[in-house]
Amino acid sequence: MALELFTEGDPIADTKAPTDVAIPERWSERKFRGRLVNPANRRKMTIIVVGTGLAGGAAAATLGEAGYHVKSFWYQDSPRRAHSVAAQGGINAAKNYRNDGDSVHRLFYDTVKGGDFRSRESNSYRLAEVSANIIDQAVAQGVPFAREYGGLLDNRSFGGAQVSRTFYARGQTGQQLLYGAYQALERQIAAGTVEQNSRSEMLDLIVVDGRARGIVVRDLVTGAIGTHFADAVVLATGGYSNVFYLSTNAMGSNTTAIWRAHKRGAYFANPCYTQIHPTCIPVKGDYQSKLTLMSESLRNDGRVWVPKERGDTRAARDIPEDERDYYLERIYPAFGNLVPRDIASRQAKNVCDEGRGVGPGGLGVYLDFADAMERLGRPAIEAKYGNLFDMYAQITGENPYETPMRVYPAVHYTMGGLWVDYDLQSSIPGMFVIGEANFSDQGANRLGASALMQGLADGYFVLPSTISSYLADGPFEKVDDTHPAAVEALQNVQGQVQKLLSINGTRTPSSFHRELGKLMWDLCGMERSEEGLRKALDRIPEIRQEFWTNVKVSGDWHSFNQTLEMAGRVADFIELAELMCVDALHRRESCGGHFRAESQTPEGEALRDDENYAYVAAWEWTPENQPPVLHREALEYEYIHLAQRSYK
Amino acid sequence: MGAVVTVTDSTQRRTPKAAKTTSVFKKAVMAISGIVLVLYLIAHMIGNLKAFAGEEDFNHYSEWLRTIGNPALPGATALWLIRILLLVAVFAHMWAAISLWRQAKRARPTAYVTKKAVAQTYASRTMRWGGVIIAAFIIWHLLDLTWGTVNSAGDSGPYDKLVASFSNPVSTAFYAIAVILVGMHLRHGIWSATQTLGQSNRRREVTVNYAATAIATVLTLGFLLVPFSVLFGLID
Amino acid sequence: MTLTQDGPRSGAPDASEKRGMNLTLRVWRQQGPTAKGKMVTYKVTDISPDMSFLEMLDVLNEQLILQGDDPVAFDHDCREGICGMCGVMINGQAHGPQQTTTCQLHMRSFSDGDTIDVEPWRASAFPVVKDLAVDRRAFDRIIQAGGYISVATGTAPEAHATPVPKKDADNAFDAATCIGCGACVAACPNASSMLFTAAKVTHLGLLPQGQPERNDRVVNMVAQQDLEGFGGCTNIGECSAACPKGISMETISRLNHDLLGALRAGARPKS
Ligand SMILES: Cc1cc2nc3c(=O)[nH]c(=O)nc-3n(C[C@H](O)[C@H](O)[C@H](O)COP(=O)(O)OP(=O)(O)OC[C@H]3O[C@@H](n4cnc5c(N)ncnc54)[C@H](O)[C@@H]3O)c2cc1C
Ligand code: HEM
Ligand code: HEM
Ligand code: SF4
Ligand code: F3S
Ligand code: FES
Repeated sequence: MALELFTEGDPIADTKAPTDVAIPERWSERKFRGRLVNPANRRKMTIIVVGTGLAGGAAAATLGEAGYHVKSFWYQDSPRRAHSVAAQGGINAAKNYRNDGDSVHRLFYDTVKGGDFRSRESNSYRLAEVSANIIDQAVAQGVPFAREYGGLLDNRSFGGAQVSRTFYARGQTGQQLLYGAYQALERQIAAGTVEQNSRSEMLDLIVVDGRARGIVVRDLVTGAIGTHFADAVVLATGGYSNVFYLSTNAMGSNTTAIWRAHKRGAYFANPCYTQIHPTCIPVKGDYQSKLTLMSESLRNDGRVWVPKERGDTRAARDIPEDERDYYLERIYPAFGNLVPRDIASRQAKNVCDEGRGVGPGGLGVYLDFADAMERLGRPAIEAKYGNLFDMYAQITGENPYETPMRVYPAVHYTMGGLWVDYDLQSSIPGMFVIGEANFSDQGANRLGASALMQGLADGYFVLPSTISSYLADGPFEKVDDTHPAAVEALQNVQGQVQKLLSINGTRTPSSFHRELGKLMWDLCGMERSEEGLRKALDRIPEIRQEFWTNVKVSGDWHSFNQTLEMAGRVADFIELAELMCVDALHRRESCGGHFRAESQTPEGEALRDDENYAYVAAWEWTPENQPPVLHREALEYEYIHLAQRSYK
Repeated sequence: MGAVVTVTDSTQRRTPKAAKTTSVFKKAVMAISGIVLVLYLIAHMIGNLKAFAGEEDFNHYSEWLRTIGNPALPGATALWLIRILLLVAVFAHMWAAISLWRQAKRARPTAYVTKKAVAQTYASRTMRWGGVIIAAFIIWHLLDLTWGTVNSAGDSGPYDKLVASFSNPVSTAFYAIAVILVGMHLRHGIWSATQTLGQSNRRREVTVNYAATAIATVLTLGFLLVPFSVLFGLID
Repeated sequence: MTLTQDGPRSGAPDASEKRGMNLTLRVWRQQGPTAKGKMVTYKVTDISPDMSFLEMLDVLNEQLILQGDDPVAFDHDCREGICGMCGVMINGQAHGPQQTTTCQLHMRSFSDGDTIDVEPWRASAFPVVKDLAVDRRAFDRIIQAGGYISVATGTAPEAHATPVPKKDADNAFDAATCIGCGACVAACPNASSMLFTAAKVTHLGLLPQGQPERNDRVVNMVAQQDLEGFGGCTNIGECSAACPKGISMETISRLNHDLLGALRAGARPKS
């Protein structure tokens, strides 16, 4: 079976982490062994940073401060709009301000365990280690974190952690952290170290003699397609949840940048690791364009329940206590409503599949604050979650202070991404990948409040020091758009753009996107089965085929054309979807966000197969109709021994 | 496919040449000059009410205006000092108002097809045209009661000029309108001034608004008293 | 059973099952920054009250694309009221009849048969890119002029070294929630960016970390705002009433206070 799906390549390994020293020393050891670029030479070196989210914004600002010449790109009008802005709940850091037994080692342990033992120990440890510096940096930038009356920073416990290590700014933590990075970036733009390219979409990577040396970009306003060159390229373009069409990501979130880099030789790791967030506002109708998340922090005070009886159509408040099933508290007494996301999501799915779901279509469960308001009083709840409650009321037209919220899982985050080593360098020398766009630290499931941490760790602290090791060999000899590689890349993009405009079929890009998304959600979503995945793998090539013969894109390429932008992104999602299904099908175990129906414990919990699957699946792209090549990176655990994850 | 334009820095960034007078500076000028004018009006209103004390007192008051500080200061020096201060204030005030007005015009060359005002009060909406009318009124008012040029009792004493002017309903009506406009202007103006001078905040908000309304009303009524008393023959 | 995206089928009756609305849209169409624009009338049918305003525009655009017409260009991204990318004038009000973002405005605020006027933000500092999309980079340049605290990565002291009174932290947060959408400029009769600038000046000015640069920040940000061609503020208050984040007029008073203080202290815009 394996052969038809994919072919085996050589195993790969991360050669950069100094595994010869103890894990607490590894990061400082790596920095010490790494080579430096002297300040005088930095000015002579250009670095392209694509993306201005927490990862890209922090990196561009920091590299600019260091004296490099940075070229920054993003597709919105302002860097401040990167989707990091939407993060609500908070950011983890091992500060142990609560004196509740937290430590770098515990955060490290929680991350690896939360990732269901599918992440690298060295990376996860480093993440926990730098986490504390992030808070210091953000506070100094003026990020208004929540504080206590004593004037010191407040913390809360979040997403399956038993310690309070999550820093937050009401329900807008991502927004405030992003503005910190954004302001640092604007400061460097004013200082002239960072060159800004707004409304610019990266459409290809330029590889010269095996090194990443530039990108092809379309100016979304003028439509001009041009090339940019540098000594190194950094991708910080975020996650690909929009492959499911409906997700909590922004409408413009895309896989285009990393997918086209993948087609230029960068390995794509664990594409099937996607995270389903348990508490999103349920789908209303088929016109729906996106799903809205209700921060996980709500589970700190909200209780999740459904009626005991199937098909109970009474209003929530009319259902007496003893006829309610607080199923998370029942099944997981130790963690109750705070179990990790994958578990909370799957249980929600289970009760709905049993026919006990609430609301339209029976696709929802209650998130109830009645008890909390009894206990703490409404003002306290308003202070903590006011903006989230307002958002809910705004969208649903219901008042969550009176009737319990209805929530249902939705795709939220992608742990998979381009493969990188400990230095965050991809399999293409000179191309680095940071933030959600890489696969590195989160394993098969991400703990709440750990993505902001990773994005900022990568951007502020890790990349700026590891990239110098690579640049120490530079500056590399000049390339311009007469270089064959550049010409080829440019023509490649122009060709695709013209093809899209010339098809002139009968279906809009978004109709294809909706179809693909529904297929992926049904067959490669919360629960995946051999049968379903095979069905998907039959269907996706047909969708691709129809797309390239029947899509309709109006307008021209040399002007502001949002339909053309969308079409290009959908084309890449279709190809990515296929690889996701291959990856999901080949991994015949359940782990974290990847739940295979065939692999579960008697109680229906995810059942890992460490014997055969304790590895990172790094996929190499192969031209049309040839199965992708699998490169395995074995995962060793010296500090945390593999155990069946249990939150009972 | 057409020529490839390579995109370099895609922002036409203006290099900030030092902005000599910021819009806020203009606002400050307007606020301070405005306040000077308010103070003058309060004094002026009180003076006007002397009309009720009869011709003697009123003319004395007018006389006194011209002899303040005598003999220390010769003739009408003091009055002229006041007048100069007033002139400076009015012109500074108008300069600021007009240049802010022109700045606003430049800032939105194409108007909305549909625009709804949500928070804007009638007073704040009439600041500009109201101001212009007030200015026109002041000029006419001077011709009428100070120099008597347009006054039927032109060359007689102030009191007669006053009575002459307000015995005429048209003239009284014009005064009334002007005074009411001034009232509205101040209703917004006084609050606005505290905001411009950075003195308002959530706590003071209410007090400032009451104060503005109070001052505006007292001035309006105080000013209206005299003309109507004349019109209805309470003063002759 | 797995979640299908065809929306509700069974269970409690739901708004999207109510009869759809038919609406007349009058939309500003403008090819580019220099082109002349005009209002064009379109009809949309069977609009669900649960659609967001942008989803309603999606419906219109799907029609237009299939007819081979040019769809209406409008900016949007997060569609959950936080990125600040969306924003149009709806019946003469920035972001429409409710104090929220355009993406969070739902069609239940309209009724069957309504005629809705849709226009871009209008200000010479916000040139039209196309149709309803405008260029708001002037806001970024105002931030570049001083809307930050100068602290290079890695040089920060321990976070608990400087406690911040909860009250100040909370007020700073309120101002910091500005999403840079531009509705304040759009709503202001003077097309002034005062509320946006004041929000940032207030956010950073309230925090101990923001003190060293406080004077230069306010002077330079206000100077930049004038250079960008925004109007001056005459305390009309339309901005705050339109602001989806409810940034208060108090921030403007605070900016004025800081600015006059800074000028007295001899701070001058750097040229
Ligand atoms: C609703 C929501 C809530 C969340 N809440 C939390 C939370 O509470 N805690 C937590 O830790 N994590 C949270 N996350 C996850 C976290 O926010 C993201 O993983 C993280 O912010 C990603 O940051 P990033 O910098 O990698 O990418 P983004 O912030 O997504 O930035 C992507 C950047 O790349 C640019 N870009 C993308 N494609 C291209 C292209 N082709 N060409 C040019 N530029 C491009 C974009 O313009 C943008 O600037 C949440 C995520 C969502 C969606
Ligand atoms: C309706 C009520 C008013 C009455 C009865 C009134 C009466 C007078 C009189 C009698 C004088 C001449 C004093 C003199 O020369 O001896 C005068 C002067 C003047 N009034 Fe009024 N006035 C009124 C309203 C106003 C208002 C509303 C304004 C301003 C907005 C104003 C501004 C002035 C000024 C500037 C002078 C000239 C003072 C000087 O330099 O001599 N008046 N007024
Ligand atoms: C009787 C004389 C006047 C008085 C007492 C007066 C008073 C004031 C005051 C106190 C303000 C508030 C300033 C601020 O907002 O900071 C103001 C504002 C203003 N005034 Fe006057 N004013 C007078 C005459 C005029 C005239 C003649 C004009 C004509 C152009 C004018 C136009 C304006 C305008 C446009 C504002 C703007 C509103 C603002 O900036 O808030 N005023 N006035
Ligand atoms: S102040 Fe309000 S209206 Fe103005 S940009 Fe900020 S959020 Fe938008
Ligand atoms: S509406 Fe305009 S005038 Fe000032 S108070 Fe707001 S900016
Ligand atoms: S689309 Fe992001 S705020 Fe409306």
